[in-house]
Amino acid sequence: MLSCCPVDYALNDITEMRQSKGLDWTGDLVADPSPWVTYDQDGLAQLDILVPEAYCAACIGAIEGNFKKLASVKYARLNLTRKRLTIRWDENLNSAKDMMVVLEWLGYHGQPFNRDQFDNLQTDSYQKKLLTSLGVAGFAASNVMLLSVSVWAGADVSTRNFFHWISALIAIPALAYCGQIFFKSAFNALRHGQLNMDVPISLAVILATYISISETIAGGAHAYFDASITLVFFLLAGRYLDLSMRQRARSAAEQLMSMQAIAATIILPDGQRQSIKLADIKLGDEIFVAIGEKIPVDGEIIDGKSDVDNAFLTGESIPGLFAIGDQIHAGGINLTGALTIKVTATGEDTLLADIIRLMEEAERTDAKYIRLADRVAKLYAPAVHILAAITLLGWMALGKDFNDSLFIATSVLIITCPCALGLAVPAVQVVASGILLRLGILLKDGIALEKLADIDMVVFDKTGTLTMGQPKLINGNEISDEAIRVAASLAVNSKHPLSQAIVKAADARGLKYTANNNVLEQIGQGLYDEKSQIKLGKRIYAAPESIQVKEDIQAEFYLSIHGKKPIRFAFEDGLRPDAKQTVEKFKKSGLEVVILSGDRAAAVKNIADILQIKNHQAALSPQDKLAFVQAQQAAGKKIFVIGDGSNDAPALIAAHVSMSPGSASDVSQLSADLIFQSQSLSAAYKVWQVAKFSRGLIKQNIALAIAYNVIAVPIAIMGLATPFVAAIAMSTSSMIVTLNALRLRLKEGGLS
Amino acid sequence: MSGLLFLIPIALFLGLIGLAGFLWTLRNGQYDDIDGASERILDDRYDDKPDV
Repeated sequence: MLSCCPVDYALNDITEMRQSKGLDWTGDLVADPSPWVTYDQDGLAQLDILVPEAYCAACIGAIEGNFKKLASVKYARLNLTRKRLTIRWDENLNSAKDMMVVLEWLGYHGQPFNRDQFDNLQTDSYQKKLLTSLGVAGFAASNVMLLSVSVWAGADVSTRNFFHWISALIAIPALAYCGQIFFKSAFNALRHGQLNMDVPISLAVILATYISISETIAGGAHAYFDASITLVFFLLAGRYLDLSMRQRARSAAEQLMSMQAIAATIILPDGQRQSIKLADIKLGDEIFVAIGEKIPVDGEIIDGKSDVDNAFLTGESIPGLFAIGDQIHAGGINLTGALTIKVTATGEDTLLADIIRLMEEAERTDAKYIRLADRVAKLYAPAVHILAAITLLGWMALGKDFNDSLFIATSVLIITCPCALGLAVPAVQVVASGILLRLGILLKDGIALEKLADIDMVVFDKTGTLTMGQPKLINGNEISDEAIRVAASLAVNSKHPLSQAIVKAADARGLKYTANNNVLEQIGQGLYDEKSQIKLGKRIYAAPESIQVKEDIQAEFYLSIHGKKPIRFAFEDGLRPDAKQTVEKFKKSGLEVVILSGDRAAAVKNIADILQIKNHQAALSPQDKLAFVQAQQAAGKKIFVIGDGSNDAPALIAAHVSMSPGSASDVSQLSADLIFQSQSLSAAYKVWQVAKFSRGLIKQNIALAIAYNVIAVPIAIMGLATPFVAAIAMSTSSMIVTLNALRLRLKEGGLS
Repeated sequence: MSGLLFLIPIALFLGLIGLAGFLWTLRNGQYDDIDGASERILDDRYDDKPDV
């Protein structure tokens, strides 16, 4: 699937490129990206293209190198992290479409997108600020710690005071700068009358600094500069991990969003064709849909006829024939003939919009999930404050003066500061999302991993999820090589999925066939070679006289060679590799497995029997699927829905957590929490395992952080927590938690 | 004690150089495409200078 990686071709111009590919190259059919072109201050055209298939050094070299060879291109840069290619070029020399053609020629499928639509400047500048703060805090922490170690080692009084002063000079500006992230958030929370984790953090840092300054001025023995700056450093590290994990999820979501922004080709009244954005299509417009393109709008066919694959929309596995006067819906794929459609519904009124309305409804009823870390924080923050307040009042009641009591109360705040807690969850999640990325699974939302750990029912869609969504020849052993060779030489001319299945079967047998050039495609019927009187197609077309076979679940084609008995080709939508094992593993783990499909009952039953799934339902509408999921969840079940069609989208949203294959429709990829790129369905089981293990680690980490408090807090309350004790305790607990998170990496090899 | 008077400034100065270096890499956009950077290092074409 991935085209890694083309060699660095030395072609300098686009005409040359086109010629090098020969006439049947389809790269020229790529949509015109002009609606996405912007212009920079030098008047150069700029286009941002998402290239999901680029993933190694050779890809960068091939793409950037080839674009730079064009005389018109001034700038070409591929960002591999975000899979974005930015090109700036002189539009007088090459059109925007040329750029897409070059990319297509290199073997990559690109998707133009609008930069302003996705770029979240706020997050980007927050990340910069976080990294800068992390650098400053790291610098300050290491230097202050260096001085503190010498103090703890037993420096004499004058050296100690001198070192305290230097520490103060380094720590105070550093804290004032790096602490802002926490201070602001704490201030915001307090203003709204709430407590968050940042309140005790800010309080501890500010109080500790205040006390340390007064100690330094008084020439006292204990200054907490090291503790407060290290605390800030650790917490910033946790924040950064959390942010980078969320950003990874965001860029996955971004990729999917841009996929949705497909353009359509409109036919202007004067007959000219022009590429426009979907949003700009109006009622009554005439839209041209080439072979292989997605139908962009709901409408009526006014010219042409074609087989249209509606699997994404309805779950039907066999394409249907559509001709002039028929209504077709956005989301289908045009297989065999070019179509002209008159738009009869836009936006709100399309079938897709109905599905989207259902999705919104599902969203409303979807219970808000509160992150584990937030739930812990909600209990933790008030507890810490109360504890510190009691310590302060307690010591004052016992006769200490205010300053000494405040010193001890502050040490309680510092010791309890959720350093380990702040790292406990993000550390695990970053490791987990890295593992998932290597497994080819995109995590769109960090919470999904948490939710996935407590599912108790798995719901599969059939077409395209359990199955590949592509038919496979199943009675090959009844058909001679010769017949397949003849069929393939006809079939290679067609995009119909059954024809493609024949070609694949011929390739699999290693048969040599040449494309038959005399073939006419009778749309909706089959293929015909008039010269040799060979027909390949539906029974009614190629073998009308053949004996009535019992109507069954299989799709079929007949090959009739003049004067001979027609040969039957039977097809079936093949299961994904590992589908059976995956279902078995889920069942063995005690989860309930269900199939919900929009396809015919017989086809669904067939698959359910092979997979030994008792609970299966067929011919369901999107509403039915949604209703099933909602009813089960109302009964307390937590459901993991895996589906690929637009008809699954509402169920995907309503589900506790959901997943789609990378081949799924746009809407369902947008609705799902996770996307898997592999052909194999085992990704569903693997991701569940990673989620369960991560959940275990997160709980362990939180337990470790709390256990540490149970030991450290009494010491602090008794007033025995010197800065030295605090520094040791904090660093060890943070380290243990991080190392524990890394255990997930060890588990990675053993995933099955 | 007198040794400290120049050793500490030296230590701080070295630390500050490191910090300045880090901030420079940050401003320079070297963390914008971490995956790309790890791949580009394998290719001779990017050796002479980063291609900005």
